[in-house]
Amino acid sequence: MSSHRIDYLAIPAWTKGWLTILAALVAAIVAAGIAVLYMEHQGHWVTGMTNQVVWGMPHVFAIFLIVAASGALNVASIGSVFGREVYQPLGRLSALMAMALLAGGLGVLVLDLGRPDRLIVAMTHFNFKSIFAWNVILYSGFFAVVGFYLWAMIDWRMKRAYKPAAITAFLWRLILTTGTGSIFGFLMARDAYNSAVMAPLFIAMSFAFGLALFILFLMGSSAALARPLSQQLLRKKGRLLGLFIAANLYFVAVQHVTALYQADRVPVETFILLQGGVYTWLFWGVQVGLGGLLPLFLVLRPDAMRCHLRAAAILVVLGGLAQIYVILIGGQAFPLTLFPGMEVASSFADGQVNAYVPTLAEVVLGLGGFALALTLTIVGASAFRILPASLGDGEDATAEVIDAEGEPLAAQ
Amino acid sequence: MSHDTTRRDLLKAAAIGAVTIAPGLTLIAPPAQARAPGQPASPTNRWGLLIDTSKCDQGCTACVDACKTEMGLPALDRPATDAQYIRKVDVRDPKTGNQHSLPVMCQHCAKPPCVDVCPTGASMKRADGIVLVDRHICIGCRYCMMACPYKARSFAHEDQTGQSAHNPRGKGCVEGCTLCAHRIDAGGQPACVEACSKEGGAAMLFGDLNDPKSEISQRISKEATSRIRADLGVDPAIRYQGI
Repeated sequence: MSSHRIDYLAIPAWTKGWLTILAALVAAIVAAGIAVLYMEHQGHWVTGMTNQVVWGMPHVFAIFLIVAASGALNVASIGSVFGREVYQPLGRLSALMAMALLAGGLGVLVLDLGRPDRLIVAMTHFNFKSIFAWNVILYSGFFAVVGFYLWAMIDWRMKRAYKPAAITAFLWRLILTTGTGSIFGFLMARDAYNSAVMAPLFIAMSFAFGLALFILFLMGSSAALARPLSQQLLRKKGRLLGLFIAANLYFVAVQHVTALYQADRVPVETFILLQGGVYTWLFWGVQVGLGGLLPLFLVLRPDAMRCHLRAAAILVVLGGLAQIYVILIGGQAFPLTLFPGMEVASSFADGQVNAYVPTLAEVVLGLGGFALALTLTIVGASAFRILPASLGDGEDATAEVIDAEGEPLAAQ
Repeated sequence: MSHDTTRRDLLKAAAIGAVTIAPGLTLIAPPAQARAPGQPASPTNRWGLLIDTSKCDQGCTACVDACKTEMGLPALDRPATDAQYIRKVDVRDPKTGNQHSLPVMCQHCAKPPCVDVCPTGASMKRADGIVLVDRHICIGCRYCMMACPYKARSFAHEDQTGQSAHNPRGKGCVEGCTLCAHRIDAGGQPACVEACSKEGGAAMLFGDLNDPKSEISQRISKEATSRIRADLGVDPAIRYQGI
């Protein structure tokens, strides 16, 4: 362990810039609240969701945020569980962002329920055969486990608990994302889902989405607070992001190639990969092209600059939203097969590609989840010493090698 | 009219009245299969249907119309969100051109995926095999709709008016065919089956799959039947002929 140490400083609150950003975020949250009131008061018929496409845009945002939440914790895990010291000063932010993103995602998910007023029912009635019920426990537990981990990072008196807390949080997040992927993997009747690859695919997605959001917040906050941020550190993160993007693309390839090998899955694969209109365009154009290959190229160039990394992270976020849209909506748009090999028609859209057009209210609710996550991160980093005072090179390099495990300044 | 009615006349009139009314009383008395109030559904029963598609006309919607009336499902002219507990599906073999039509509703599976995935246990299976939604604890997550292999469930997308007394509905909850549990509990048969026998081709037979003496059990033991997506292994209680 190095003898270097890192100073953490809270974001100065109540400044003009801080107030401006918070006001904008609160406005977005209020707008989401109004959208929820509208949808709940009228009923879901005013949304784009139907009896055929039962999960829509709010779920795209919610799943993205929940998946990204567990991924955002990776930076802390790499520093603590895997002992990479260069990542240790960012552990606190990593844990805070993980909790904030999960809160944002769950907020969207819960507010889209048909009966959000019955949330207490979901907390008191458990069907333990349901992966959804397991996720209620996994998500609630995530706050407790990561909250304790953050406490162990901040409070030097908790040093003995640091490593066990880190390992518990790492394992918890892997199980949590397995649970999220399994929401789809366990749907045996849906040709687009029902695959064990969904769990590792979602883990790879979480690595990429979470790190991309983490990089964006880190770069944004460093610029806003005029705190040094090492180019070398950013390049390391960029290469790590590249690795995660590649892992995501690998599992996407496995997902589709294994399905193509099964004769009964060829129609759904043909739909997604070739003839699905907006879904095909989103898959190849946004998910694979803009959100996969282009950011991979940007972060792996030897002379990658900040602008390249920032662009890559933004593209990964956009590609990730497209990926979840294709999985979630595309999978429901493809007609359910009741009579394999037959042509069918009915008054209930049997045999038809199901239409879905997201409404403004759904998008506003989803964006509200992002706003909530960002608000919680900023407020958390303002109330506690979360962000390192410096992540610079050379003379700024208090963070180059760090003892970030909670040693108080006076004890050094 | 005579005013001096004798005791004998009164007794005579009473006897005639009793003979006239008695058959009516017999008609409205609960049949042997009806459950007494408070008596739980029995696992000795498994209610199911046998549907002969050769008797089901493509244009006939008697079962669908009867269901809408029985369950109080209004037509709001919003096909994407209007509830449908039962629908007619027209099936055509593209290789041969062979066509048939059949009603599809909740298949009341022995291993229902909707029950497995429901986080709160609102989606549940009664002891007699009828799959229902407990609308007191349904949170409206719609995971059961994602999981159902038969698209048998609908979501109440709006405020409900004009509800049927035996099918209370609520905005934001999931719902579906109950196999007319209220009728079965009273010893009757589902509204769709009744309508099919009266107005349709008498293609639907209701009965107890667990009772070897029932007509449905007798027939499925002697005649070839199949189930939709039998490959999924969910063991539906709705059997078909001719699919």
